[in-house]
Amino acid sequence: MNRHLSQRLGFSLLTMVAVFTVVPIIGVIVYIFIQGSPAISWEFLTVAPRAGMREGGILPAIIGTFYLTIGTAIFSVPLGIAAAVYLSEYSADTRWTRLIRLAIINLAGIPSVVYGLFGLGLFVLFLNFGTSILSASLTLSIMTLPVIISTAEEALRAVPQAFRTVSISLGATRWQTIRRIVLPQALPGILTGVILGLERAAGETAPILFTGAAFFLPRLPGSVFDATMALPYHLFVISTQVPEMPIRIQYGTALVLLVFVLGMNLIATVIRSRARARRQW
Amino acid sequence: MVVMNKIVIENLNLQYADGTESLRHINIDIRENAITVLFGPAGGGKSTLLRCLNRLNDLTEVKTVSGRILIDGKDILDPQTDTIVLRRKVGMVFARPVVLPMSIYQNLSYGLELAGEKRSSVLYEAAERSLKLAALWDEVKDRLDDPAIALSGGQQQRLCLARSLAQQPEIILLDEPTSGLDPISTGKVEAALQELKRNYTIILVPHSIQQAARTADYAAFFLQGELVEYGEGSELFTKPKEKRTEDYVTGRFG
Repeated sequence: MNRHLSQRLGFSLLTMVAVFTVVPIIGVIVYIFIQGSPAISWEFLTVAPRAGMREGGILPAIIGTFYLTIGTAIFSVPLGIAAAVYLSEYSADTRWTRLIRLAIINLAGIPSVVYGLFGLGLFVLFLNFGTSILSASLTLSIMTLPVIISTAEEALRAVPQAFRTVSISLGATRWQTIRRIVLPQALPGILTGVILGLERAAGETAPILFTGAAFFLPRLPGSVFDATMALPYHLFVISTQVPEMPIRIQYGTALVLLVFVLGMNLIATVIRSRARARRQW
Repeated sequence: MVVMNKIVIENLNLQYADGTESLRHINIDIRENAITVLFGPAGGGKSTLLRCLNRLNDLTEVKTVSGRILIDGKDILDPQTDTIVLRRKVGMVFARPVVLPMSIYQNLSYGLELAGEKRSSVLYEAAERSLKLAALWDEVKDRLDDPAIALSGGQQQRLCLARSLAQQPEIILLDEPTSGLDPISTGKVEAALQELKRNYTIILVPHSIQQAARTADYAAFFLQGELVEYGEGSELFTKPKEKRTEDYVTGRFG
């Protein structure tokens, strides 16, 4: 077998593998779209469920997921970015910081249901926040933090060292350098990480299961101490807990969740590609 | 005219944490309003010495520093030294032009703004004055708001020079500022330096021996962390006292 032939064969093989990996993803999306779109209507998006959730819409779940995502962002974004700035800009490479990094990596690997139980113990029971948006947001925040910290740290480290040296040589303090040069340059990368982290939080069921998700609520939550419906948990409920549930509504709900998450993904992609085009280094 | 020593270095020793480049027993007096050239083969300690003068070595892992560096009679190695004030007084231009990712104008106003200057008239005047000093004003005066990265390499390096001049330093350190530039740009930078030395104390690590000979009022030859010979440029390049200097200057090694 000559080299050109083996080259072509290898290339075809790799292409095939690549195609195989995207087929299931595209398949899921297309299938959900086809099955779910008949359920989508103005009413479906703007009213609460009726008749034991077998009729009506999913507005409380949409609003709930929106609230939870915002709540998660409020806690995890400032904390995550601050931690990343510390790790990338201030800390030396000591045993202590290596331990922190190890902890972050391991936190990312913990099953989400474990976070749920932890949130139940700490926020719901010990801190007495109850089953609430607050408890669920805090739990989701802890789960999201590792993603935000590690992507933000990576984005900060990608900013050329020379910018820092020059800034310091011009009489800037470390913090001035970070605020005026490093953070603005790293911001698109940080935002991408933030959105990807929040996207994961928005789609999670297990962490909110014991901490803030309600089976069914006729009203929208009025405060952060109220429980809330949420899309992923609602989907779980109507798929397994409600007998004679119209399949149309299940797929419709899945479609809304999918669009929510993919929409965030799209925003992240746009931010990233725009920043790359504008980047001056 | 009385010759003044702007910088007095007494028995400076420095060792990096990884044991690489170092300085041994450096004693040198650097004259005010002159160009002092530090030259010699790579790894001789020239850049290290420059980075001591504005305490930029604080960012590197240095194992030991001893001795004294007196600028206007004050020891800047003293831990009490305010490095931010020091770095405004001692400007630096690096080998590779590094413009900050902002407009030409913002590059120039950056340092002053950090120091708390908010009046736009002051910032604008500083920008204009320093661009003229760096011989860049005519080329960029109509596009100060363009991104600095859009400038050519030679223009970027003169912008870097202007950027440190904008802070009205007293001393300017230049670490092979023309190493990436074509001969025309190099000529412009060198001409600018000749103008600048009237008001500033300039310390230059040249990128070639020819540049050293062209620009030096005073020259110091460094070899493996040691100061071999120091004297007036006209003397040192024509009749060096030390054999090692002569060998290097005449191109027998290095």
